Amino acid sequence: MNFLGSIGISEAVIQFMLVNAILGLSIYVTLYTGMFTLANAGFMAIGAYTGVLLTQQLDWPLWAGVIGGMVAAGVIAVPIGLPVLRLRDIYLAIATIGFGEVVRIVLLNFDQIVSSLIELTTGERTRFALVNGARGIRGIPKLTETWHLVFFVLLLAYVLYRLHRSRLGRAMAAIRQDELAAANMGIDVVYVKNVVFVLGAMIAGAAGVFSGHLTRIITPDAYGFSQAVDILAFAVLGGTSTLVGPIVGGMVLGALPEVLRFMQQYRGLFNGLVLLLFIVYLPGGLINPAGWSSLWRQARRERSSQGETLPEAS
Amino acid sequence: MLELKNVSRNFGGLQALSNVNMVVPKGRVVGLIGPNGAGKTTLINNISGLDHPNSGAILFEGVDLCKAPPHVVTRAGIARTYQNIRLFGEMTVLENLLIGQHGRGRATVFEALAYLPRYRREEAALRERARTLLERFQLERFAHMRASALPYGDQRRLEMARALATGPKLLLLDEPTAGMNPAETSALGEQVLRLRDEGMTILVIEHDMSLIRQVCDEIYVLNFGQIIAHGDPDEISHNPLVIEAYLGEEDDGAA
Repeated sequence: MNFLGSIGISEAVIQFMLVNAILGLSIYVTLYTGMFTLANAGFMAIGAYTGVLLTQQLDWPLWAGVIGGMVAAGVIAVPIGLPVLRLRDIYLAIATIGFGEVVRIVLLNFDQIVSSLIELTTGERTRFALVNGARGIRGIPKLTETWHLVFFVLLLAYVLYRLHRSRLGRAMAAIRQDELAAANMGIDVVYVKNVVFVLGAMIAGAAGVFSGHLTRIITPDAYGFSQAVDILAFAVLGGTSTLVGPIVGGMVLGALPEVLRFMQQYRGLFNGLVLLLFIVYLPGGLINPAGWSSLWRQARRERSSQGETLPEAS
Repeated sequence: MLELKNVSRNFGGLQALSNVNMVVPKGRVVGLIGPNGAGKTTLINNISGLDHPNSGAILFEGVDLCKAPPHVVTRAGIARTYQNIRLFGEMTVLENLLIGQHGRGRATVFEALAYLPRYRREEAALRERARTLLERFQLERFAHMRASALPYGDQRRLEMARALATGPKLLLLDEPTAGMNPAETSALGEQVLRLRDEGMTILVIEHDMSLIRQVCDEIYVLNFGQIIAHGDPDEISHNPLVIEAYLGEEDDGAA
């Protein structure tokens, strides 16, 4: 702890690293099934707002807020997934980015929308204030403790570990590798994809509730496109060949800006550089034995060749 | 068992299949031959649900499957292999056979997560069945190897084993001997005959006439999307229409 503190990793930083690990896992399940979705920032927002409203307005305990946030994100994921998951690859990515923007804009205007609805139905002009538009919700109690996050990450890792050894888990891997062959094996591809999408949404929703009770202030703009890309980066940097990858990736990317704090104004530059080097030299991610060994072999063989790509060992 | 009635499929202006009528009786090995581009693979894709006909009916045990999605077709009892191998290459050989049994499992996700007895029993049963298939196709020594690392001929046999893992009543083989040498081809032919003796119904698409003569009870000939001949192997090899359309153009039976 002292060593960690000396390089800039305080307990607060560790908490955000763990939230990132959960977010990394939320996109890992969809990537593992071969679905390139960027909706998880939106589901994180839904989880955060639902959870915070439950603990703040109704005085629910944190764990109930977490469950509430997960359920809300999961329920909203169903009607989104059914049409959107017919798309593939980059088209799916764009459609899900669109969903994230819709969530953000709905949250920005939520109070006005409700006010107008009240006015339309009752004819009374009222000022409804619940989520406060761009100002966001402030003064949230800091309920999230480090052990909550450690427990949740471990629980999630166990669930996913077991999932990989179940029929559903095997179906997920099969769909990623060859969707048509998977269908010919008797796998209901549409059903599996939707279940996984909902699962990813619920995990992201939980991360949202935890992070809302850490930052103590939530605004719609915190869950925009850049957050969606950050979540993707957690999984890509860590690697998606095992479930350890996104956990490590999320934690590394959470720690990096703090560790680099001594570089002052060059921090952002260096952060980007580190990311770039990892992507170029370890395209399979940090937790990917095949990637490391081929990097090692290549380094031994020759140092002169230009930045050629390593053989894909996903 | 399988009956195709006036099945037609066109892609834009191209008539890939026109009014195909075909019957695959239970317990028989039926061959489907025809020159490249005749529509053989389109026909198999239509039967297996990857593609759907524009008109006509595909009756399997009396049920029309012409609009059914692939997983429904598989669960009804039709399995297939592919012309170009489509194994799950990143998985082990054993895992490929577990995937094949997907539709047979009953344990829910929650039972799997909680590691309940029913899930454990079922996993053990699936593995046991996979082992039996591995033995049958002499693949035991590869059980824990990645499927993509297998030699070519073994990949072909694994595909057939994986198709059988779904527990089919009808097996569709799409050019099962493509790229195999004569010894491997005749070994595969013996496998096919053994399956038939056990009561399996098989529809095999093939270029290799030696396999067709070895295994088929009857043959359909497809050319430009139409059935131009039907009969036993002897009749077909003497049919002038067939010789003109297909056999005459083939050099030495090489695929």
